Amino acid sequence: MSLKMKINHLNLHYGDFHALKDVNIDITENAVTALIGPSGCGKSTFIRTLNRMNDLIDNVTITGEISLEGIDIKKCDVIELRKRVGMVFQKPNPFPMSIYENVIYGPKIHGAKDKKVLDAIVEKSLRGAALWEEVKDRLHKPALGLSGGQQQRLCIARVLAVEPEVLLMDEPTSALDPASTLKIEDLMEQLKKEYTVVIVTHNMQQAGRISDFTSFFLNGEIIESDKTENIFYKPRDKRTEDYITGRFG
Amino acid sequence: MNYNKLVDNVIKRILLLFAAISVITTIAIVFSLLGETVSFFKEVSIVEFFTDTRWTPLLEPKHFGILPLICGTLLITAGASLISIPIGLASAVFLSEYAGNRTRKILKPVLEILAGIPTIVYGYFALVTITPILQRLIPQTNIFNAASASIAVGIMTIPMVASLSEDAMKAVPNALRHGAFAIGSTKFEVVTKIVIPSALSSILASFILAISRAIGETMIVALAAGSTPKLTLNPLESIQTITGYIVQVSMGDTPRGSIESRTIFAAGMVLFMMTLLMNIISMLIVKKFRRVYD
Repeated sequence: MSLKMKINHLNLHYGDFHALKDVNIDITENAVTALIGPSGCGKSTFIRTLNRMNDLIDNVTITGEISLEGIDIKKCDVIELRKRVGMVFQKPNPFPMSIYENVIYGPKIHGAKDKKVLDAIVEKSLRGAALWEEVKDRLHKPALGLSGGQQQRLCIARVLAVEPEVLLMDEPTSALDPASTLKIEDLMEQLKKEYTVVIVTHNMQQAGRISDFTSFFLNGEIIESDKTENIFYKPRDKRTEDYITGRFG
Repeated sequence: MNYNKLVDNVIKRILLLFAAISVITTIAIVFSLLGETVSFFKEVSIVEFFTDTRWTPLLEPKHFGILPLICGTLLITAGASLISIPIGLASAVFLSEYAGNRTRKILKPVLEILAGIPTIVYGYFALVTITPILQRLIPQTNIFNAASASIAVGIMTIPMVASLSEDAMKAVPNALRHGAFAIGSTKFEVVTKIVIPSALSSILASFILAISRAIGETMIVALAAGSTPKLTLNPLESIQTITGYIVQVSMGDTPRGSIESRTIFAAGMVLFMMTLLMNIISMLIVKKFRRVYD
């Protein structure tokens, strides 16, 4: 398995607040990397640095290096970067348009015009997000009429439609019911065949079920990164063990 | 317990009374307009009113064709919209999406000052500043002309479009912007493809409000647009709007109860119908384009 992204000595400040402290992680290609840790530990802040979403916030200083296939993402064009590194958010955020328009939004801004091509993208992306069967008969209905779980899968489809290489997911199931959560977890298995997935979760069982690698964050630092089974069964650090066994967080 | 209930009841009734005042006033205005309008149409046929192309109720031979006044009103409204809608929308986009906090804190109050300037001031601004500029650019411009008044009305209604549109854009959840950024949108794409469409109903409503305001604007046109009812599309000529005519007659020495004085009620009724139509269009637009985010 090859390396997709490499994060070296990453530090991030919000004004005076040191939110990420010397973070180093390797993100493996075609695998699911889970980021776990208690609330406020910096895992969401971290995942947002991977496609430079923190650029949108004032007063953020970032030092260190994040590379995507060996190239420093600071030197990439940010639009190009986000095409390659897409993101799904905690709360489903479908655009107030039809299901179809939501999916083709990305391809269209990146230049796709042909109706047949767009139709094919819609079907492929919705199948990729395990939503096609549920919505194929109402593609032109408003996306906001879907259930929360369906909306979140639509948001995944919307990202898949621009054919990214890396898929960032920031607690994608935290606003969903258990049945929808299960569907998205099942989807991960499929997604990692084609994409590199990084997922933030506060649900340790979820990390255990779906990820290949896990990093444990605490107070802006990475305490431990390893294969998921090692983190869960043979943690090297006492704090990881305490968190995994539910002693805090 | 009974005492509290009584107080609640009394307060409810008092509040209802206040709420009713505006409704009653509207009805009273419509009836006062209606009465005089009906007497007017007893003397002038409604067909002549809407088809004759001359409006000379104060001169001999008298003609009662409202079209020149409607034309003047629409000319002013169209000109004003050409100014207020693009500039207002662009200001709103800038304030909501591009301006930093500091810039916004300075710009917004300035914009609101623009909204607070009395219309009479805009009126002589048009007359002593805009008109001379126009005359320098295009020498055949009349001293009283529709263009100058349109520009002033347009400037006056910029804050209305800007402020309401900005509020609407600010109400679009950031989550939508982030969703669009996260798949490689540029800022401009986020604005044009996500923010504006999402806020479209309120943005369009702000346009309609500015248009209604321009239809009803009186002081600026009375000062700067002239008093020559004319069926023309040339903005450099002197024209007259419905409101301008009403001012002219109200300020003049037309005897009460005469046909001349009744013309202003018929003209007022037309004006009322035009703004009512705008209100209805606005309501339909808000209903049709409304987007709910959650």
